[in-house]
Amino acid sequence: MRWAALAALLVLLALPAVLSSYALSVCILMLFYAYLGQAWNIVGGYAGQLSVGHAAFVGVGGYTAAMLSLQTGLTPWIGMLAGGALAALLGVVIGYLGFRFGLRGFYFVLLTVAFAEVCRIAASNIDAVGGAVGLYITFTGDPRQFQFRDARAYYYIALALMLLATGVAWAIERRRFGVYLAAIREDEGAAEALGVDTLRYKLLAMVVSSFLTGLGGTFYAFYLFSLQPNAVFGIPMSVEIVIRPIVGGSGTLLGPILGSFILTPLSEVSRIYFGQSGLYGAHLVAYGLLLIGVVLFLPEGASPHLARALGGRRGRA
Amino acid sequence: MAVGLTLIFGVMRVVNFAHGDMMVWGMYLAYLLSRRAGLDPYASFVVCAAALFVFGLGVQRGLVQRIVDAPHEMQILLMLGVALVLENTALLAFGPEPERVRSALSSATLWLGPLFVDVGRLVTFGVAVLLTLALSLFLFRTDLGRTIRAAADNTYGALVIGTDVRRVYAVAFGIGAACVGAAGALVSPILPFQPATGLSLSVTSFNIVIIGGMGSLLGAFIGGLLVSVAESLGAVFLAPSLKELVSFSLLILILLFRPAGLFGRRAA
Repeated sequence: MRWAALAALLVLLALPAVLSSYALSVCILMLFYAYLGQAWNIVGGYAGQLSVGHAAFVGVGGYTAAMLSLQTGLTPWIGMLAGGALAALLGVVIGYLGFRFGLRGFYFVLLTVAFAEVCRIAASNIDAVGGAVGLYITFTGDPRQFQFRDARAYYYIALALMLLATGVAWAIERRRFGVYLAAIREDEGAAEALGVDTLRYKLLAMVVSSFLTGLGGTFYAFYLFSLQPNAVFGIPMSVEIVIRPIVGGSGTLLGPILGSFILTPLSEVSRIYFGQSGLYGAHLVAYGLLLIGVVLFLPEGASPHLARALGGRRGRA
Repeated sequence: MAVGLTLIFGVMRVVNFAHGDMMVWGMYLAYLLSRRAGLDPYASFVVCAAALFVFGLGVQRGLVQRIVDAPHEMQILLMLGVALVLENTALLAFGPEPERVRSALSSATLWLGPLFVDVGRLVTFGVAVLLTLALSLFLFRTDLGRTIRAAADNTYGALVIGTDVRRVYAVAFGIGAACVGAAGALVSPILPFQPATGLSLSVTSFNIVIIGGMGSLLGAFIGGLLVSVAESLGAVFLAPSLKELVSFSLLILILLFRPAGLFGRRAA
């Protein structure tokens, strides 16, 4: 497994040298969504707190860094930390309200959706942050402003982000913290009875997850040079984040990455294919069908199957 | 429309994210029927209800039934998937522009004493009241209705005394969907709709149902009145684009402070 991971990493590092610029942009999105999925996985997968409002954190992180850069000229390299911090703050608010008032399952999902939607409507109605049109960032190509002429820089940043989130998830998994989260996911009442401070650990998971997602928002803003309330805060964004870890296997280290490596190329290709024929929304239909299919036939996601397949091959060798 | 959701939720404890989108489909069906067959939505709502009943039955039989014992999260994801499919097939089929069904009744108005009333709204309101009454009669007075309530109250107990719980679930889900379809057709002359309307409709109906209390028909009805008054007040005092903000904020507040509703028992 370790060798396989190392080999995969080397391939990822070498990949930009041989890719066309279009393939590169797909790969950047692939890594970026793997990153967001991994960040979601910490609270949604390991702790089992299904949040369908992670778009809120992307938006808050992106808007914060973009506003700081536009208004005060502060470099997004610092601004992204501010964005992450604000996203984490929002995460604490949502998490505290949700967990403290004991909202579980469906009610928690509703709460996260409602918060993301409130953010979306607020952002589209506040003129100071661009209103419904959103924010546009002028391209200067200045690395200090998180802008690069060479798309490969974005590739390596996305790769680094993904590795960062995976490292964090790995560290959590190996520590007591990860065991607590798994206990909360499997049986919250029992975990509490055994003396696990469930509120505290769920909140902590939420903070880590929303902070990382907020950092991702900055990347999104400065990679696409624009932020539109409907695109960053909308439900489709939350679905994009949630669906990858679930398809790949939520609560596993490889799940989000696997999910993104399967889904992102598919969704990009279908988006272009359907978009050319004027069939907007077709890829969301496909997502919906996929979600139904995974829930019915593959509830634990793809990654356990892959692990079994890999393990089987190794056993034979 | 909230009546539909309470029925589904009350009986199944399966949360239906696709609720608003099913309603939008009810609206589009009414739209198609009035366009192609010249049927007035106040007549075609029966057809829409029937179509959605079959659809609901199918979703229940084919999808929900398979995972009824799976963790709650799985059901949420499943319905989220159904909602995505419904909303975006509507987008594919009808395009993003808002539509509105014309009806002879909706342009007529009536003086009720000192009040100036839209006949269309009046009919919609009247039919909604009738449907609620019919539904409660069905649930409380007929054998099938009693079995549905029994299965909702205690699935295992109902199973023990020989109820075909799966069939009951399927019928209940179908009836819930049918109510939504009828509601969709009935409001289609009043409310302009587009595929994206589904979500805000879902939120509104969650608001209504949660305020009124899960699994209580009377609660859903009163909740419906309360929420629509709050939303229209919000629209009067705030910018129209902020109207949605009111319903979402309302949802958050309700979730936090009154999760069992005004009339419901405290949820376990």
